[in-house]
Amino acid sequence: MTGIIAVTSESPGMESMVDPRFGRAAGFVVVDLATMEISYVDNGGSQAMAQGAGIQAAENVARAGAGVVLSGFVGPKAFQALAAGDIRVIQDVEGMTVGQAVDKYKRGELTIADAPNAPAGGHPGGGSKG
Amino acid sequence: MIYAIASGKGGTGKTTVTASLAALWDRPVMAVDLDVEEPNLHLFLHPELTGEEPALMEVPEVDTTRCTLCGQCAAFCQFKALSVMGKKLLIFPEMCHGCGGCLLLCPEKALSPGGRELGQIVSGSFRTDHLSSGRPEDAPFLMGRLRVGEAMSPPLMRQVKARLPESGATDILIDSPPGVSCPAVNAVMDADVIVLVTEPTPFGLHDFRLAVEAFRPLGKPLGAVINRADINRRAGISDTGVQDFCRAEGIPVWAEIPFNRAVAEAYSRGEVVARAVPELRAVILALMAHMQGAAAASKPEEADHA
Ligand code: SF4
Ligand code: SF4
Repeated sequence: MTGIIAVTSESPGMESMVDPRFGRAAGFVVVDLATMEISYVDNGGSQAMAQGAGIQAAENVARAGAGVVLSGFVGPKAFQALAAGDIRVIQDVEGMTVGQAVDKYKRGELTIADAPNAPAGGHPGGGSKG
Repeated sequence: MIYAIASGKGGTGKTTVTASLAALWDRPVMAVDLDVEEPNLHLFLHPELTGEEPALMEVPEVDTTRCTLCGQCAAFCQFKALSVMGKKLLIFPEMCHGCGGCLLLCPEKALSPGGRELGQIVSGSFRTDHLSSGRPEDAPFLMGRLRVGEAMSPPLMRQVKARLPESGATDILIDSPPGVSCPAVNAVMDADVIVLVTEPTPFGLHDFRLAVEAFRPLGKPLGAVINRADINRRAGISDTGVQDFCRAEGIPVWAEIPFNRAVAEAYSRGEVVARAVPELRAVILALMAHMQGAAAASKPEEADHA
């Protein structure tokens, strides 16, 4: 399997927990599936923004060259920005490590979302699925 | 002179006080509702509304044939309303604050101003009790009304305020948004005198204190109106917290408005309470005199001309 995927993460490394927030994620673990090379992109700048965190985060993902994003909750603006950048979104990924999320993706157990699952402003929506 | 009637929180009776002042004001006056998220001064003043115009904000629109996706506009916009993603310049109009910076900056002249409707500016006139020619006078009324779903009130408020000089009124009474956030400060910023309406309860005192902290640095004369001033006595409680705070801070109490059945009934019928309840008339007239006195003391030259 090839391609570069970005997983929202609470800290660097495959053992870190997935950060369920997209826009205000601490950072992204970026994995090149062809080589399994791993890097980390800090997203702290977005966390501090009064508005537009999701858009900033989407720009960070695009800059990292990722074609797929794995996260918990992606808001409408971030979703729109990611779609414009031809970056596919997989949502509702939470409560597992980055490594587990990547494995699930590789096994084809995760589905690409066709709509955002979080309201504007990036609130996680109390953990509800859907 | 501009008088802003404000309060640290909603529901203190700020609008009732504004309506009463507007009805009894003894000089040419204009009543302005700047509480654009929830304007309700008109429900008491019953103005005849004669004009309604959309208030627009200039948000950028892109000419994709010219845009080179250089990203300069996106890097400039501090509100993240612009983003270059892939082969597209994305514009998020609802995040734009209309500063116009990106329009000036684009080297390709690819951006042009488009309109986003912030809300409406409604104008009209209401009847005052002021008898300059032996008859009640009509006075101008102006109201900003934020579009449902629009998040930004300050740009709309600025457009309403831009109309104030046209009115020709000697005095302007502004019903300000409650609270101490950006819109509230925006409303009182240009006032000559600030009237803070509060209630004699612990919650009232808490929000009043925040309002004093937020507005006092503006350096304008400030006075307090204690609404429902007798609720503690009626309930057999002794709570002089607001009065004590005013005394300690040197804030004059310009009016203590009693609360009773007649006031509540007039309010629920959408009447100007100072018209409906005779004992309130004197309280509001005294408040008016304090406000005018504070304004004159702060700007002696202007008062001489008036
Ligand atoms: S500055 Fe002008 S040319 Fe550059 S991305 Fe923005 S709109 Fe396009
Ligand atoms: S007008 Fe100002 S706030 Fe709006 S998009 Fe342009 S730079 Fe951003």
